[in-house]
Amino acid sequence: MNAFWLPAFTLWWREIIRFYRDRSRVIGSLAPPVLFWVMIGFGLGGSFQSPGASKVGYLRFLFSGTAVLIVLFTAIFSTISIIEDRREGFMQSVLVAPVSRGAIVLGKILGGSSVALLQGLIFVLLAPVAGIPIGVVQGVALVGVMFGIAFALTGLGFLIAWRMQSTQGFHGIMNLFLMPMWLLSGSLFPLSGAASWLKWIMVVNPLTYGVSAFQRVLLGDAYPAQVASLPLCLAVIILFGLAMFVLSWTAALRRKRTDAV
Amino acid sequence: MSDSPAIRIDGLSHRYGQRQALQSVSFEVTRGELFGLLGPNGGGKTTLFKILSTLLEPQEGIAEIFGVDVSARPAEARMRMGVVFQAPALDKKLTVEENLWHQGHLYGMSGSDLTDRIREKLERVGIWERRRTRVEELSGGLRRRTELAKGFLHHPDLLLLDEPSTGLDPNARRDVWNYLESIRKAEGTTVVLTTHLMEEAEKCDRIGILDGGRLIALDRPERLKAAIGGDVITAVSDHPGELQKQIHERFGVEATLVDDTLRIEKERGHEFITQLVETFPGRIQSIRLGKPTLEDVFVHHTGHRFIYANGAVEGAGEEVKK
Repeated sequence: MNAFWLPAFTLWWREIIRFYRDRSRVIGSLAPPVLFWVMIGFGLGGSFQSPGASKVGYLRFLFSGTAVLIVLFTAIFSTISIIEDRREGFMQSVLVAPVSRGAIVLGKILGGSSVALLQGLIFVLLAPVAGIPIGVVQGVALVGVMFGIAFALTGLGFLIAWRMQSTQGFHGIMNLFLMPMWLLSGSLFPLSGAASWLKWIMVVNPLTYGVSAFQRVLLGDAYPAQVASLPLCLAVIILFGLAMFVLSWTAALRRKRTDAV
Repeated sequence: MSDSPAIRIDGLSHRYGQRQALQSVSFEVTRGELFGLLGPNGGGKTTLFKILSTLLEPQEGIAEIFGVDVSARPAEARMRMGVVFQAPALDKKLTVEENLWHQGHLYGMSGSDLTDRIREKLERVGIWERRRTRVEELSGGLRRRTELAKGFLHHPDLLLLDEPSTGLDPNARRDVWNYLESIRKAEGTTVVLTTHLMEEAEKCDRIGILDGGRLIALDRPERLKAAIGGDVITAVSDHPGELQKQIHERFGVEATLVDDTLRIEKERGHEFITQLVETFPGRIQSIRLGKPTLEDVFVHHTGHRFIYANGAVEGAGEEVKK
């Protein structure tokens, strides 16, 4: 058992240390979403009123999506390092150690998601400033929801990064795939107001359920027109995370026959 | 099982698309040996290294470490070897000590056992005092020494090193070699390394020379050189082709033309050199007599110069040509 958890722990620990030694990453994944939230929240909120969001105010509505965006950014930053690790010798030296690939994948994903969770938490502490009170039970629930989202998104990042040859390629995927995934998750506008073809994309987007769970916990019943009930949302997040973990594990298991690692 | 060699390679072949990287390579490395794989970049060293270190699945043939098939039982093979890669494998943001903790945990070590080992290895490579320094602040030589300590941390029976002195200045290079020797002697580790440097290959107990994916020579460096016989004469001429023909007609001696230079392997070379100069006055611009080097061994077996195959780019990884 030690041969699984000790390596997983050490990979997790490395992610945490690396993140907090690199101030630019701490700021880089936190500041843009916060600015985004303030600017869009104040700018858009006064000009347009979405029917679903009107009851809570746009700034409050956007708060949940912003927290998820911070988690997404941090998860991406963490998994981008996989590409660098693979190009340099670091990942090679991990791969030749007598460690199960599952432990490597789990350690890396848990590390990335812990960092993402901590970043998200810093933002959530701002909620009372924005006029959104948070109780203790609510706070604990938010930590759980955010961790689920963070784990799934870091897993998704791992899966993409594992196949990538360059960080530029990853940025391309981020703009073409990950950002739209966030935009169509009910973060920026509610499901109820979207055109019907968009609605379909939003319904099959697993991130929609993460955002929705977050909104339900944070805003309670004040915000109607949700995609699904809270238990269903939580189930989708957990399934999403498990699927990403298993797929990443499978990808990491495949030993190269013709290509250099 | 206990008397199986440290490494047994049998009929190993590997290709990347059209390019044949390894072609039925077979050899053994005995326990405790310092074995060098010498060859130009693209010769197949790195591919062989990747197969031995379990990063690459062999396509054909067998690779065993202490009787353990690296393809069938990679986990067992991994436990018994330490690997030092050519590309830096340390996390630059972590300190020397943190890197070794990380490594120790990967190999299932922890607690005071790990702390003791880290101290022992870092003292052995002379960087215990720098243990709290972040790797990004260390010089190239100190980093490589940290890599050595990392590779030896779990007391492997076999240490694999890929181009251990790439990118190091001569002083740091010598340091790395001295530390490698001292650990090897203290722990009786079998060491296998790849190199494209002749002077590095000279220090090995035995070497295998790889060119174009084939093992073209395998023996102790001094025996490989002795096998050439006598001396090596190299002569520069304005018309080397013509001279080559005339030398053959006159003396019945085969001179090989390598890169516009005539090359003659002959016993009692000092006598022959006088004959040559006297027979062809004004035709030879310069002439050199030497004892065979490993470079000569390479030319002898391949018919082309090492530097040529090398692409004249030192340290360019094989990945570039992929």
